[in-house]
Amino acid sequence: MQSLIIHSPILAIAIPLLAAFLTPLIGKFSSKARDIVVIVALAVTEFLVLILARDIYASGLHVYTLGALSPTLATPENFMIPVRIVLEVDAMSVFMGIISATVALAAAIYSISFMKRETGGTKFYTLLLLLTVGMIGLEFTGDLFNMFIFLEILSISGAALAGFRIRYADAIEGGFKYLVISAIGALVVLFAVGIFYGQYNLLNIAALAKVMQYTSLDQLALVLLIMAFGMKLASVPMHMWAPDTYSVAPAGTTPMIYVASQACLYALIRICFTLYGVTMNTSTIGWIIIVLGVLSMFIGVTVAVKQTDIKRLMAYHAISQSGYMLLGIGVGIAVLADPVALAAYGKTAISGGIFHIVNNALYKGLLFLTAEALFFSLGTRDLNKMGGMARNMKYTTIFFIIGALAISGIPPFNGFTSKLMIYESVYQFSPLLAVIAMLVSILTLASFTKAFQSAFTGPALPQYNNVKEVPKPMLIGMGILAVLIVFFSLFPNLVVNTIVNPATDSLINQAGYISSVMGGL
Amino acid sequence: MMSKIVRTITNLFTPFIFMFGLYVIIHGHITPGGGFQGGAVFASGIALLIVAFNSKKVQKHLKEHHLSIIESSGALMFIGLAFAGLAFTFFFNILIGSPIFGQIPPEGSNPGFIWTAGVIPLMNIAVGLKVIAGLSAIVLVMALSSSNVRIEE
Amino acid sequence: MTESLFNIPFLAIAALIVISLYIIITQKNLIKLVMGIVILESAVNFFLVSLGYRSGGATPIYTNAPEKLMVLPVPQALTLTSIVIGVSVTALMLSMIILIYRHTGDIDAEKSRRLKG
Repeated sequence: MQSLIIHSPILAIAIPLLAAFLTPLIGKFSSKARDIVVIVALAVTEFLVLILARDIYASGLHVYTLGALSPTLATPENFMIPVRIVLEVDAMSVFMGIISATVALAAAIYSISFMKRETGGTKFYTLLLLLTVGMIGLEFTGDLFNMFIFLEILSISGAALAGFRIRYADAIEGGFKYLVISAIGALVVLFAVGIFYGQYNLLNIAALAKVMQYTSLDQLALVLLIMAFGMKLASVPMHMWAPDTYSVAPAGTTPMIYVASQACLYALIRICFTLYGVTMNTSTIGWIIIVLGVLSMFIGVTVAVKQTDIKRLMAYHAISQSGYMLLGIGVGIAVLADPVALAAYGKTAISGGIFHIVNNALYKGLLFLTAEALFFSLGTRDLNKMGGMARNMKYTTIFFIIGALAISGIPPFNGFTSKLMIYESVYQFSPLLAVIAMLVSILTLASFTKAFQSAFTGPALPQYNNVKEVPKPMLIGMGILAVLIVFFSLFPNLVVNTIVNPATDSLINQAGYISSVMGGL
Repeated sequence: MMSKIVRTITNLFTPFIFMFGLYVIIHGHITPGGGFQGGAVFASGIALLIVAFNSKKVQKHLKEHHLSIIESSGALMFIGLAFAGLAFTFFFNILIGSPIFGQIPPEGSNPGFIWTAGVIPLMNIAVGLKVIAGLSAIVLVMALSSSNVRIEE
Repeated sequence: MTESLFNIPFLAIAALIVISLYIIITQKNLIKLVMGIVILESAVNFFLVSLGYRSGGATPIYTNAPEKLMVLPVPQALTLTSIVIGVSVTALMLSMIILIYRHTGDIDAEKSRRLKG
């Protein structure tokens, strides 16, 4: 058990990777065995991430050096710098890892019955597992170049998944758009990595953070990184791909592609807090991120209100919700260099932003799945053509209501808790920003009321008389997320104290991150 | 299908291209090259075959699902070798000191010893298999789809 | 004089980046868009390799190596990885273009676009 915990950072990446290459072989013989392998591999990943998380909360962050004599030997004798591939998992990384693994598991279960209708299921599961590898790898790595590699794994598999239903022209175009944006974004990241390597001859995040000078080249690299990850995160003004891609991605993968974009948010946070830390001009960078956040929040929701395609509507809400995270985290960065303000409201703002990531992954994932369930049953995504579905699809209706109430920040749902944390702390920083955030929340509620009313209530339409509830595996996939939302809503303090606050503390504790790799050097 | 001159030259050259690709893969740990580069050379030979003859004719001897099996087994071999090091760490080089590829080369300038570097040559072979199969499949499927043949999923 | 000679690769990189961005922004043909991305990728790879150059260094191959300064091998390894990834990205983009062409009979981004931003 102890050795399992020690090796769990790499196993959480390697086991989905192994399963990804096993599925094509097993899929040749039996599609049932293949489905079982996929579910088991993702369940094992989830288990590994959870035991790793428990150990991290108990005894601090984990360093895993690939290919060394012992996992913690990041800087070998006679070397002043880490020379091997290093994974570094702290409370923040493992927090994101839990989200990714959970959503991947729910999405895979949900996809089982969906894939019975499609051809090429084996390739679908390979891509789904690779996307999981990309997300968890991006979150666990302690090395900038590996960040680029995992970003590319995530982008390629995500784009192929988005364009998976090749019989629809818009699906391929959605996938193509995502791929173009990702390819450009990843090359920009690689360019920034090159700038760091040219100056310091280092690639390891901890080693770089130790010697970071914040020269003008470093400023250029920071701007490039914010741009690239902002693009992957679909923050306004670089959001154009998101509605197209989210609206066409097949069942179950939309939440995964969404969580993948949150993994890019994690990369942005990690770079700002750990790589640059207080060496950078914190208030300027903080304000840049706040402006990106406010723009995303406001433009996302105003465009969403007038959408009639249910998945595009949700995609614009996804953009708008990312704005809340950027707002909370931006406020945290802006006051990073000021210990008084950081203790007074900065930490609450960061915690609110981080808590919003997990809440959002859950309810946004659930809403995407219900939208896909409607599409599965009705064959349309147009809200104007739907109506009266509450009669035919009881469980989907309930799940939709849970998700919609949570995203609109209605107490006592979990969306309310994290938004409240953001409002309170942002109000102390700048009252205007808090007012905008509340306004956006009201618009979100309005938009979802409209969507609910057109899809689920109203007279029964004759053409949908024999529409039935979706199959069981789809309900189980949605059920997992709904149960988690209810749990998070009932015990917000427990969740904040156990997993959110340690993540915030580990983000602020830059010195701890550096010393665990660099030791006493 | 191209002219007789092209086909004859292709017949003459492809064995050498394949041989050179395999050489680059196997000597990856002591000379420039390795799994990807050698695999790409090998796959370019297959691309030459597709251009000179046509894609349907090549497809008769080279089925996509066989290629996908080779590709997956290459990847599995690579990950398996990485898992083998788990007694120490993932990717630990377990073959150092053993009779297979385990010799430790002397320090300084040397002409290159092939039985060195532990699991790295084996990983090169695994990557080579994967790249040969993967790139050949890409080239083949693209050629087939541009000549309007329905492709099996 | 020698100082400025070392900057020539970086000027070439800047030129390549400008060309590629121009192509990506202005061209509507999807194949040309992919070409722009490939040029951008080459520029970044070129940048990485130039960073590892040391004046007078030998190629970092240990077989029959001369006993003198070598250029840095790490950026070359990074470049190779990036090329491998670039191949797969390009292949995926081109196959998606083939599919788009099959659906719409056109590879013009303006005409084939059914989705509205």
